[in-house]
Amino acid sequence: MDYLDRLEAEAIHILREVAGQFERPALLFSGGKDSIALTRLAEKAFRPGKFPFPLVHIDTGHNFPEILDFRDELAATLGEKLLVRKVADTIRERGLREPGGKYPSRNALQTYTLLDVIEEFGFDACIGGARRDEEKARAKERIFSVRDEFGQWDPRRQRPELWNIYNGRIQKGENVRVFPISNWTELDVWNYIQRENISLPAIYFSHERECVVLPSGQLLGLSEHLNLDDTDEIVSRRVRFRTVGDSTCTAAVESDAVTIDDIIQDLLLAKVSERGATRLDDNLSETGMEDRKRNGYF
Amino acid sequence: MGLSPAPASFFNFLKYPFSHFHIFHIQRITKMDILRFITCGSVDDGKSTLIGRLLYDSDSVSLDVLATLEKRRAGSGDVDLALLTDGLKAEREQGITIDVAHKYFTTPRRKFIITDAPGHVQYTRNMVTGASNADLAIVLVDARQGVIEQTRRHTLLASLVGIRHFVLAVNKMDLVGYEERVFRQIVADYQLIAGRLHLPEVVAIPLSALQGDNVVRPSRHLPWYTGPSLLDHLERVPAEADANPHEPRFQVQYVIRPQTEELPDYRAYAGRIQSGRYRAGERVRILPSGLETVLEAIELNQQEVASAEAPQSVVLRLRDDVDVSRGDSIVPLSAPPALTRELEATLCWMDERPLKAGRKLLIQHHAAVVKAAVTTIVDRTNVATFERVAADEAQLNDIVRVRLRTARPLVADTYRDNRATGAFILVEEQTGATLAAGLITATDPEAFAAPAENPLAFSI
Repeated sequence: MDYLDRLEAEAIHILREVAGQFERPALLFSGGKDSIALTRLAEKAFRPGKFPFPLVHIDTGHNFPEILDFRDELAATLGEKLLVRKVADTIRERGLREPGGKYPSRNALQTYTLLDVIEEFGFDACIGGARRDEEKARAKERIFSVRDEFGQWDPRRQRPELWNIYNGRIQKGENVRVFPISNWTELDVWNYIQRENISLPAIYFSHERECVVLPSGQLLGLSEHLNLDDTDEIVSRRVRFRTVGDSTCTAAVESDAVTIDDIIQDLLLAKVSERGATRLDDNLSETGMEDRKRNGYF
Repeated sequence: MGLSPAPASFFNFLKYPFSHFHIFHIQRITKMDILRFITCGSVDDGKSTLIGRLLYDSDSVSLDVLATLEKRRAGSGDVDLALLTDGLKAEREQGITIDVAHKYFTTPRRKFIITDAPGHVQYTRNMVTGASNADLAIVLVDARQGVIEQTRRHTLLASLVGIRHFVLAVNKMDLVGYEERVFRQIVADYQLIAGRLHLPEVVAIPLSALQGDNVVRPSRHLPWYTGPSLLDHLERVPAEADANPHEPRFQVQYVIRPQTEELPDYRAYAGRIQSGRYRAGERVRILPSGLETVLEAIELNQQEVASAEAPQSVVLRLRDDVDVSRGDSIVPLSAPPALTRELEATLCWMDERPLKAGRKLLIQHHAAVVKAAVTTIVDRTNVATFERVAADEAQLNDIVRVRLRTARPLVADTYRDNRATGAFILVEEQTGATLAAGLITATDPEAFAAPAENPLAFSI
């Protein structure tokens, strides 16, 4: 077996454990490459049957339009149920404060919407496409990550995870976050997308885009959600997105890569990590991700 | 055209010359295998630094991550490579590893999954967590300290879960003047442990994680050493995952039943082949019910295949409409596993509250979950001497041999015969806490009386 076959077999096994152990699981679907790869793995795990879980999208309202179109198309093609919950609704209902600043990220606010949707549907397991190679706090997380009734992660109290035996037994109110592609790297995902000939939103491939130049030198795609002023420099560049979080916190990278092959070549030469190149939110503090995870972030 | 990193201003505090990063794995790599290894040893032996060095010297650390290390560089001191793996706030505060970190890197030969396990005695259970999935263990010893109790404890645990390849990494050679005599003495001391535990393979390598001697590149400080560097060895050692000599075993995880117009009667059993190979058309038995039928078809990625093998995740269809549910096993008629309600097992006890005989709990044996009682605590292994001593309870991190009785029959093999079907975990019914790792040592009550000093018990 090739190494991709091994990673695939492991991920399918994990997805089936979710189906076998939980009553109301959900697959958190962001429209990015990792969650798209997860839907392919779910097809392999459950076809010719239906997925034993809906796809759930937390729409921050700052998404790229290309991603939302792709999301709806994919759900229709798969013939699977898609649930969408909007952060804008949460902000209104809970009277939350909209983030300010030039690049007002709703990234932290989506935790509220996520916890609300978990409660609304009584989800006992949420599958996500997080990978351990993304970030140092993620590198510490188990494949089955038990969260308390507030969605909180406590790294000191993680369950031992032995062999490939996954313990998803929880008490009422708790839920488990499950990461079937924990052991994949960014390059593994791209190699898999290529091997499986998986379609992706066009935003992943090189295109001309108006961008704002950030003080760090990073390029942020121009969107209506940014609060710019006269000092901001707007440029037009050939870019693509290496990861597709919100338009307010995900930078583009300059690239001429128009095919998956090109992207893989890009990656082999890249000297900057995926999150380092693209994320604004992780740089707020050294423990940005850990702090958010402790509070219930995915 | 390469992917452009952020402009230089983003990294203007970065002092590393670009020439350091010679790119040696530019070509596409598809046909390669995976080696999973664990690093173990005591606190301050330098495990996290060793992994940091391995990643750094193999050019597997991206510039932005190095930049965050630079920011933390204290005064004019060296970069702290341990920060590459110690990802939790509390870990960086205390300078120790609390939980397992997984790191990934690739060379032209293989993909590596590194499990960086904590050395602190308090977190032994996390070390077992990491070891249970590893092909190889790197046991670090501080050249100034030599072999200590934690070396023995971790070697015992790694050997207990069936790791076959061991590297004795004698670290901090720079602090003992790179003296061959020091290295030889530690190797001799460790050989006693390896002998007692019947370790199949030990390769000893002198190195300095801090200075980078012999981790990725051979060192001029160690002219008397002619063996491989650590990375050389890791690239060459066979990945045991591929060797699969066991009898065929398959357990049902999930029943696929679409009940659609096109497929009104389709019913199939999804699961992962735990060991061996299955062939379409062979006769099989369902356990625990004992019903016999024929394996009608094997589906892989929605396509029928003539045969499939571990560790593939597949779908099995049976000829007869028999009652099969999650947790049941489908096995060929030849060489069936034991079907038993009495087990003898070695436990690594992982709960703060001690285990006493009579305790009722759950056995999770992959997809099968059954109630069980610990009827007897047979003995406890002294991790310093490897002797088995009488015991009537198990404390946190103890290794004990117990007998268990289950409420329903379990389909099981001994761990020595089959790492997949010989392993289980113990779970507390009320809280769901994972209490112990279990390795089945006997499934036949007649074998329970085996002499306590049976050395093979540690040699999987």
